[in-house]
Amino acid sequence: MEQLLQHGVNALVLGGTYALLGIGLTLIFGIMRVVNFTHGELYSFGAYMMFLWVMQAGVNFFLALPLAVLLGLLLGAGIELLLLRRLRGADIDTTMLVMIGAWIALQNFEQLCWSGVAKSIATPFPAAPLVLGPVAVSWNRLFVFIVAIALIAATQALVKGTRLGKAMRATFQDRDTAALMGVDIALIHTATFALGSALAAAAGALLGPVFVVYPTMGDLASLKAFAIVILGGLGSIPGAAAGGFILAFIEELGAGYISSGYRDAMGFLLIIVILLVRPTGLVAQRERIS
Amino acid sequence: MTGAPAELAVDGLTVRFGGLTALDAVAFEVRAGEVLSLIGPNGAGKTSAFNAITGYIVPAAGEIRYRGTRLNGLKPSAVAALGLVRTFQKTSVFAGQTVHDNVLIGAHLRSRQRPLAILSGLPSVAREERELRQCARDILDFVGLSARSAEIAAALPYGELRLLEVAIALAARPRLLLLDEPVSGMNPVETRSFMGLLARIREQSVAVLLVEHDMNMVMGVSDRIVCLNHGRIIASGAPAEIQSNPDVIRAYLGERFMRRR
Amino acid sequence: MPILSFAWLALLFSVPLWMADLYVLHVLIVTGIFIIAAMSLNLLLGYTGQLSLGHVAFFGIGAYVSSLVSLGCQVHLLPHWQVSLAAQPVWVGMLSGVAAAGLSGFLIGKIAFKVRGAYFVIVTVSFAEVVHLVALNWVELTQGPMALNNIRPLTLSIPFLVDISFARKPASYYLVLTVALVAYVLIRRLVRSRAGRAMVALRENEPLAASVGVDVTRYLVLATVLSAAIAGAAGVLYAHYVRIVDPDIFLFIYTVIMVIMVISGGKGTLAGPIVGGLIFGLLPEVLRAFAIKPEVQWVIYGVLMVLIVYFLPEGIVPAARSAWLALARPAAWRNAPRLMR
Repeated sequence: MEQLLQHGVNALVLGGTYALLGIGLTLIFGIMRVVNFTHGELYSFGAYMMFLWVMQAGVNFFLALPLAVLLGLLLGAGIELLLLRRLRGADIDTTMLVMIGAWIALQNFEQLCWSGVAKSIATPFPAAPLVLGPVAVSWNRLFVFIVAIALIAATQALVKGTRLGKAMRATFQDRDTAALMGVDIALIHTATFALGSALAAAAGALLGPVFVVYPTMGDLASLKAFAIVILGGLGSIPGAAAGGFILAFIEELGAGYISSGYRDAMGFLLIIVILLVRPTGLVAQRERIS
Repeated sequence: MTGAPAELAVDGLTVRFGGLTALDAVAFEVRAGEVLSLIGPNGAGKTSAFNAITGYIVPAAGEIRYRGTRLNGLKPSAVAALGLVRTFQKTSVFAGQTVHDNVLIGAHLRSRQRPLAILSGLPSVAREERELRQCARDILDFVGLSARSAEIAAALPYGELRLLEVAIALAARPRLLLLDEPVSGMNPVETRSFMGLLARIREQSVAVLLVEHDMNMVMGVSDRIVCLNHGRIIASGAPAEIQSNPDVIRAYLGERFMRRR
Repeated sequence: MPILSFAWLALLFSVPLWMADLYVLHVLIVTGIFIIAAMSLNLLLGYTGQLSLGHVAFFGIGAYVSSLVSLGCQVHLLPHWQVSLAAQPVWVGMLSGVAAAGLSGFLIGKIAFKVRGAYFVIVTVSFAEVVHLVALNWVELTQGPMALNNIRPLTLSIPFLVDISFARKPASYYLVLTVALVAYVLIRRLVRSRAGRAMVALRENEPLAASVGVDVTRYLVLATVLSAAIAGAAGVLYAHYVRIVDPDIFLFIYTVIMVIMVISGGKGTLAGPIVGGLIFGLLPEVLRAFAIKPEVQWVIYGVLMVLIVYFLPEGIVPAARSAWLALARPAAWRNAPRLMR
């Protein structure tokens, strides 16, 4: 029972960051319909930025975090402006390939700068974990959970409460009508990609100090983000948040009680099972019959 | 292109999209060798009927039978294999292929080449290919597009695109052809020419279920007409009857026009 | 045109006779294997228009099954139930590998084609990752990261007539070349047939294709099965040439390489994957000659891919064809809006 609780706590922490990843991608995927292969790279970028500022530049941990997120935002905006804008109207494989190219370039650039050796980031938290009855949680992880929840709430507030958020939702529902209503679609796309990337970077910046940082850490993150988006339903922030937590729980419980080696496979099996069972709601036909 | 007479029986057909009832217990039939037109204002449910008959949507209720075979639940390709071929309201061709290849793709059902035979490169495959290509040429002749045979479909002017759509459908050897607004957007000359094509198709013993707004054409080619409004049949009969039917006039032109009469 | 083809073939077959450098032969062999895989992906991605990004799974399944069958293996399917397979002749292993790849193509086709577009991409990627993780973790069967070693090469021995071991590079070269030719011929036959047209029809306009009787699922699955089987054949060749197989064979990056080869060469053309395969198969060697670090190499790949997608969106072969037409027959080039073959 205690083990179960402990798994539960771990899952909560992990779930918060997974939710961030998922929300970022569901926004990008939902509004822009781009199969964003660079999402995982923004995740590892966030982690590497923490390493850069905290370990190499000696910046305060709590300052480095928003800095890393901001840089992620800028990188995302840059990718959209530089690469995706030209491709508006191109078919899905073209966009996908450009994203793959960007992903390759980014990952190897990271490898060039920091080599393939895993890096760890020092945190200002006490080493001894906080003990709450039968479960123990490190201060670091608690911090991660709190910040993740805060960011999820902030994003939801942004999307529901602000003009920008309203424009994003309109674009998601019907791009052409939104454009006719005066929404600057190009701006929305850039903002969406930047926001989604910032969230991914935040997830990386939060988890980097918890685990270690290495160049290929983003690959699994990308794929899990897709699993979360499918699980939670396209374009739904609460759905992605729920999906993130569900995936984390499945991973934790699966790893704890079935096999830890196949932990990462849970997400993929989940995708396959969901799409087997409920393909109709998730069908993206290329042609519509009027 | 010859085929046996067609007989389509639609009974109690109901189609719903969420809360909207597009078709409400509609019943009609297409008799052997005839041209039946479905008319009605936009949103009356005509294309929904097409989609339900040819398997693109699943009806909420009703029976659709073609020469005794139940069509409910069949995939569109299975419906086509039975001899019912449809065209689409929005121009629908294989845009990146040549006109000739478009028709060749349409002739898919005329051949029986199995994958194993294809991969083995058997001579029967080559022979069938030649026959299919000849068939494609014949059909292009029939609709009058031979001159455009080598052009990419996307380069065709609008009127010829619509002809190409019919050519593709004819290649599939239909016994019942379902045409969805085939002359919409055509000028009177093109429409007249199309009516001639329709007459030639009739001569090949192909029955036609036609959805159309152009009343001249409808009155000119139809044996019988069925008028839909808000998902229900409001009138059916010979063209002359329909023309003077007050419910039809009211549906198309509104109550005020009715009163003015 | 046939004269040109004959000349090419003669040239290709003659290479081991005059190429003394075994390393170059090695590069050609591995490139050839990748070209076979790229041709198979072209069938699914180029002709049928399905964004399958899990292709490396078929390659790897072919490699693993062939190796395991030819090495012999034993696993506990259940704690008390051990299944063992004695080592089979290599050619049996090879056929098993191709069959297994084709079968997995059938299964994944049935599952994945319930959805389209981006969701289809995700399902195929997920499938490849699951297979990767299985290879990594089912150590009893696959040896996990410790790899399957000492895989035997194919041998051909007819008493008093022939005794070839395909372990030697020239023999391997001929084997790969032959398989590549067979794959090319099969794909060419398929593409120019009713089945090939049906696949193209599905790519261009799926509802229209269905309306003229093209059974959508059937042809999508057919394309996947054939594509998977040929990719499996490439994997089989790889396993028995390199003679070591480890889970890294399933890395997503190899799918990416195949995709780059197909798209840059020209998807939906017969020559495209060959041209793309030659360029991106030989490029690492060229870059290595300039002593460039592998990371920089990959960055160059990424950039190159983006550039090709921007400037030659149809790929190199169609662009070259268009340019050739512009030079040789300007009138025809002016009149042709876009060439697709």
